[in-house]
Amino acid sequence: MTLAEKILAAHCGKNKVSPGEFISVKTDFVLSNDITAPIAIKEFNRLGVAKVFDPKKIVMVPDHFCPNKDIQSAENAKMIRDFAHKHDLVYFEVGQMGIEHVILPEKGLVLPGEVIVGADSHTCTYGALGAFATGMGSTDIAVAMATGEIWMKVPTTIKFVFNGKLRKWVGGKDLILYIIGKIGVDGALYSAMELHGEAIDSLSMDGRFTMSNMAIEGGAKAGIFHADKKTRDYLKGRTTRKYTEYRSDPDAAYSQVIEYDAATIEPQVAFPHLPSNAKPISQVGNVAIDQVVIGSCTNGRLEDLRLAARILKGRKVDSRLRCIILPGSQRIYLDAMKEGLIETFIKAGAAVSTPTCGPCLGGHMGVLAAGEKCVSTTNRNFVGRMGHTKSEIYLANPAVAAASAILGRIANPEEVA
Amino acid sequence: MTFKGTAFKYGDNVDTDAIIPARYLNLYEPADLAAHCMEDIDIDFVSKVKTGDIIAANSNFGCGSSREHAPVAIKASGISCVIAKSFARIFFRNAINIGLPLLECAEAVDNIKAGDKVEVDLAAGKITNLSNGKSFTSKPYPEFMMQIVDAGGLVEYTKKKLAGSH
Repeated sequence: MTLAEKILAAHCGKNKVSPGEFISVKTDFVLSNDITAPIAIKEFNRLGVAKVFDPKKIVMVPDHFCPNKDIQSAENAKMIRDFAHKHDLVYFEVGQMGIEHVILPEKGLVLPGEVIVGADSHTCTYGALGAFATGMGSTDIAVAMATGEIWMKVPTTIKFVFNGKLRKWVGGKDLILYIIGKIGVDGALYSAMELHGEAIDSLSMDGRFTMSNMAIEGGAKAGIFHADKKTRDYLKGRTTRKYTEYRSDPDAAYSQVIEYDAATIEPQVAFPHLPSNAKPISQVGNVAIDQVVIGSCTNGRLEDLRLAARILKGRKVDSRLRCIILPGSQRIYLDAMKEGLIETFIKAGAAVSTPTCGPCLGGHMGVLAAGEKCVSTTNRNFVGRMGHTKSEIYLANPAVAAASAILGRIANPEEVA
Repeated sequence: MTFKGTAFKYGDNVDTDAIIPARYLNLYEPADLAAHCMEDIDIDFVSKVKTGDIIAANSNFGCGSSREHAPVAIKASGISCVIAKSFARIFFRNAINIGLPLLECAEAVDNIKAGDKVEVDLAAGKITNLSNGKSFTSKPYPEFMMQIVDAGGLVEYTKKKLAGSH
């Protein structure tokens, strides 16, 4: 069996599961946020169940339009706060809050071998830890909150192997954009991605979170790594719970095995309006930009901020553009402050925000006007995603984004560093 | 169940930001969401759509965000069903869970133009383009999903299951 099949089998009381099979899966952790929880709460109430299955295994995170961007968002945030307190759920108020997919691993709430479901498509982020994590809708989450179980179809697994070593300025963001560029936004539809190879092993945990995070952008149900020493080191001090590391069998059946040579991969930039429009940085040409966003559940972790600071240190953001930096959690914010990264950003002329998903989905903290172009370390560049339908989003890694902020056009980090 | 209506036609990878832009995600009542359905890719949709109408689209319909607001907006706008070459995974389960019928049929999509009159017999999976007289049969749902559809969505299905286990 593949890694995904082993975790799912262990969570439905079977020795073996096969792709295509419908199973009822026990969930270890259930997530929703200020956008998806209101519908989940409404549907939960319709179920006529008095209590959630286990309040310690359910979290609500007010991160999308919070701190509240308008009155309606405030009402929604209040609704989920009241529900979370009433049922004694895990809940992080503004001030302790971070972006859901940054704080759940950070606080040791999701572990290898577990099944995590969330009413947010980027729930797949936790695959980086060797967990089976997948996004669903609010009604699914309502049922999972009530019963601790949810239906799933066992996905086929595609094995991706990155041979060779990573080039300078290339990280998890570039590898996942490269995959999506090759297979398309539905290339892994209904499948789990399983990631292997020398370049994959060399990635830090932060780089792995970035890759798993964007598995959904290739249509995948999950993007899973094998837990290793880096995973165990990451989890030290974050949890005392026991966990299981599963490994795919040598004779596991994959629907495809796709191999790439990492040494040939440059930093990638995904052009509007699909993440699959990925180009190597050397082929980008001259694209003037109006805004840079560094942050999100994709690239808002400490390593991302360090990378951006390395480029921005002692330099200035182009005076014609806005550079907005959003640490993914309060802990990352504090660590970045201690390391002097925040000072670097502010001296460079960047705006530093409290953690929020805000600009990534055109909510607040950096919405685009008609005709504006933005280099963003986020995950989607769909029409209108960050604001006006006539605005454009270019997805890139934090080093490319920081270099672009300095030069006022999409830039190779080599040009400034 | 049989539907009859006018077809709206869209291309590949219609994402959930296009179906219901994130700026409206501070709303969750179906009628409020329906008022902005498809507005970023088809500004006329809301004024033109009539109860029973049908969406036909190419591959990977509903990709992107997990927002259930997307199928809710489509259903509340009056659309009776969506026919596509393929559906994004989360959108597919959301639609099944809330009772928006989806039909996967590439040939039908290729033979439906915007404005065609289309009839769908859901139980038989039969799609007829009344404007050109051609008929097609969609892929049937797996038996497990049919149980959710028959129950009237995942909440009703779960309620029955919970009642049975007591």
